[in-house]
Amino acid sequence: MISFTLNGKKVSTTVLPDTPLLWVIRDEFDLKGTKFGCGIEMCGACTVHIDGVAQRTCSLPISNVANTTITTIEGLNDSHPLQKAWIDEQVPQCGYCQSGQIMQAATLLSENSRPTDEDINAHMMGNLCRCMAYIRIKKAIKRAGASMPRTVDERPASDVNAAKEVS
Amino acid sequence: MAGEIDRTNTTGLTRRSFLVGTVGASVLMAFGVPGLRGVGHAVSSPEALAAKNFAPTVWFEINEQGKVLINIAKAEMGQHVGTALARVITEELGASWDDVSIKHVDADSKWGFMITGGSWSVFKSFTSLSQAGAAGRMALVEAGAQLLGKSSKACDAMESKVVCGEQSITFAEIIQKAKLDRSFSDEELAALPLKPAKQRRLVGKSSQAIDIPAKTNGSARFGIDVDIPGMVYARPIIPPTRYGSTVTTVDDAAARKIPGYIGYQILKDPSETLQGWVSVVADNYASAMKAADVVTVEYKAGPTAHVNEEDIQAEGERLTKDRTAGFLLIDDGNVDQARGKATTKLEAQYRTSSVLHFQMEPVNAAAELKDNIWHIHTGCQSPTVILPIVAKSLGVSEDNIRLHQYLLGGGFGRRLFGDYIIPAALTAQAIAKPVKMIFTRPDDARFDCVRSPSVQQFHASLDEKGDLRGVEHAVTAGWPTASMLPGFLIDSLDKKGKIDPFSSSGADHWYSLPNHRVRMINNDLAQRTFLPGYLRAVGPGWIGWGVESFIDEVAVAANKDPLAFRLQLLDGKGKNAGKSPESVGGAKRLAKVLNVLKQQADWGKLLPENEGMGIATAFGQERTMPTWVACVAHVHVDKQSGTVTVKKLNVTVDCGTVVHPDGALAQMEGSTLWGLSLALHEGTHIEQGQVAANNLHTYTPLRMVDVPDLDIQFIESEEFPVGLGEPGLIVVAPAIANAIYAAVGVRVRDLPIRSEAILQGIEG
Repeated sequence: MISFTLNGKKVSTTVLPDTPLLWVIRDEFDLKGTKFGCGIEMCGACTVHIDGVAQRTCSLPISNVANTTITTIEGLNDSHPLQKAWIDEQVPQCGYCQSGQIMQAATLLSENSRPTDEDINAHMMGNLCRCMAYIRIKKAIKRAGASMPRTVDERPASDVNAAKEVS
Repeated sequence: MAGEIDRTNTTGLTRRSFLVGTVGASVLMAFGVPGLRGVGHAVSSPEALAAKNFAPTVWFEINEQGKVLINIAKAEMGQHVGTALARVITEELGASWDDVSIKHVDADSKWGFMITGGSWSVFKSFTSLSQAGAAGRMALVEAGAQLLGKSSKACDAMESKVVCGEQSITFAEIIQKAKLDRSFSDEELAALPLKPAKQRRLVGKSSQAIDIPAKTNGSARFGIDVDIPGMVYARPIIPPTRYGSTVTTVDDAAARKIPGYIGYQILKDPSETLQGWVSVVADNYASAMKAADVVTVEYKAGPTAHVNEEDIQAEGERLTKDRTAGFLLIDDGNVDQARGKATTKLEAQYRTSSVLHFQMEPVNAAAELKDNIWHIHTGCQSPTVILPIVAKSLGVSEDNIRLHQYLLGGGFGRRLFGDYIIPAALTAQAIAKPVKMIFTRPDDARFDCVRSPSVQQFHASLDEKGDLRGVEHAVTAGWPTASMLPGFLIDSLDKKGKIDPFSSSGADHWYSLPNHRVRMINNDLAQRTFLPGYLRAVGPGWIGWGVESFIDEVAVAANKDPLAFRLQLLDGKGKNAGKSPESVGGAKRLAKVLNVLKQQADWGKLLPENEGMGIATAFGQERTMPTWVACVAHVHVDKQSGTVTVKKLNVTVDCGTVVHPDGALAQMEGSTLWGLSLALHEGTHIEQGQVAANNLHTYTPLRMVDVPDLDIQFIESEEFPVGLGEPGLIVVAPAIANAIYAAVGVRVRDLPIRSEAILQGIEG
């Protein structure tokens, strides 16, 4: 039996240890927002957070995630700034890749809430959008980032120094 | 373009009225046929509506809370079609947009014609949706006025209320208090006043698409997300050829060691859509995937098992050069005479290679037999086309099949043919259990109806002044319509044979040529080797590549500016004058687009070395539904590597009235980037009877990092709205090729454009 935390709940499964996490999430725990695209980790439709890191689940054996904390698109609870930005910028067309896009983008913003075009390209290049909604994905990432507090690394140097003096 | 099915009558009914009637606690509104139930008995609108004696194309209801539910008989695949269609109805109905929701209806043979494709949805239904909304408004205004004791002439509907001067009554109150019973004949509908463009509150105004929020939180349901109680999972094993393979032996010894594996089925398909198929069944999908990998199937392979792309293209070249092959699409003037008098002659061949749909959601379907009815759960663009075939496969009547429609994880034409339903249904029938069959990505690619490789041959005749006197054009490819929708084939110009209109569009362009002959030729080897598919933009996707590149070659030969040269040919004379309402203005509208684009792109400005601008135009999908588009590509070519960098794409579009502006822009962004992806990033080839590339390690569509600077401008227009899903795709590749020529003087004639071809040109 393999146990892990899924969207805040302790869960366990008895599937074969080599079963990809994707199918356990989708078919055992009925969280259908995580999608099957290419099966070889090259499209990003199956992206979730494992211990805070964006990872592909289509080829990841369930045995590798024992005792980890996993968040799927459903676990964002409609409260992540990216989800609002995705609506504001009217990003999705067919929508199939968008759970993966949002989960991938979320880990960029958690480290860097003011990403440049180059930061976004580098972080998102593993996520394919066949409708080619890339322009809006990029805009929405920036919009969501702008609505979030600046991450520490991104503060101007003077701010960082000021923070140090206080501590 | 005429098909055997009348596509303008989207209701599928010949004698129709628009009915408004109270049914239960709601008011239903739909196109229907009153009086059909029982011979000689007049049936009221409420009775006809209660009996569901209506067509699903325009069908909505208002409940006692005043909420409007609009049923959409179109597949949602990213184009936000429900939002666009609902706004057209709501505009005329006078309801508040906040009260409106939409529902995608299931397919049933009684609904008649259901296809979503060809960028037709808004174009084909704008008038009937507007009239339906207006009729609903009329009925509500009459009922509201009566309740208020006023004359209906003094009242109007707005924001879900009927307003008569100082007094008003909400739609909700009207529905609660009045029994509506009204019908409108075709003549009465046509006479209803529609809002002038200036008074519109919804059509052409910004809005959010109704389907988007569910696509940001994982709650949107696609075909692949369906679960049926008691179902098992299946994966197909694709045979070595599309046609003619038979299974000789199956060995599943290795699969039997996989926990969860249930067994395999050799599928017998009376419709012969599937030939030589095996499906593998397990109690979970991961096991089905693994098992299918280790089940060994021996085949007697079909006759095309050794056909390669070169063979198909060689046959294409042979056919285009044989002036007796194929059938005429156009024969204006006398091209032979023009040839005889020409002082300059130009000849060129253009080719495109096989292209995959690669929609993100691999094809899939779930099937269950319950109470003698087959329930099919899937996302499908064309229930009408596939249901008779599924019925034949299962050996049941079409009346015993229900197709439950889900969101499509990308259509792009792949889901115009629902052949992927058949292996799911046959497996469910064979094992007498509900089955969900999912194709893996390689399965999906190998079973894809690819965009056929194509060959085009051009011959131009110029006179001593450099004027283009004649063009002879031959086009050959596999034809989707010949295999999937034979009823849509049309007679050739000389009635000597049938041709595929969708594989011909683009050759019937709006440039005025005194002498012009176009031959359409089916590539029979392509047709026999694979199932040619409709892929976003279809014929214009490959024909535009040739036409717009070749016209550039001619401009260069005539020593004229490519943009000015095109403007000269877009004189809007004769057959190119256009027709009301959909192509009013004709070629002159494309000329206007070019003039706007000229400013927008700063055409003719001085560029650094190895940079160039190229132009191309398109008129969308069909002459009868033109969307006027032009693109200027600005590229840099690295002479050492042959690498092309697209610095900017400027696109100008005139699509008449824009119904849903943000959705329209999204479609243009997507289709333009598709065009770029097809130009530089995609393409595969047929190898031993099948596509060579079957996943992202070898098939490489455009990624975010490849997106260039993009400027898309719409021309403001109150003309009839036309489709937008595809036109952007057509212009990009030839614009890039023409820009490459402008940058380094190399003419590329094969799509996709590869750096090797450019290097070869540079090195001479």
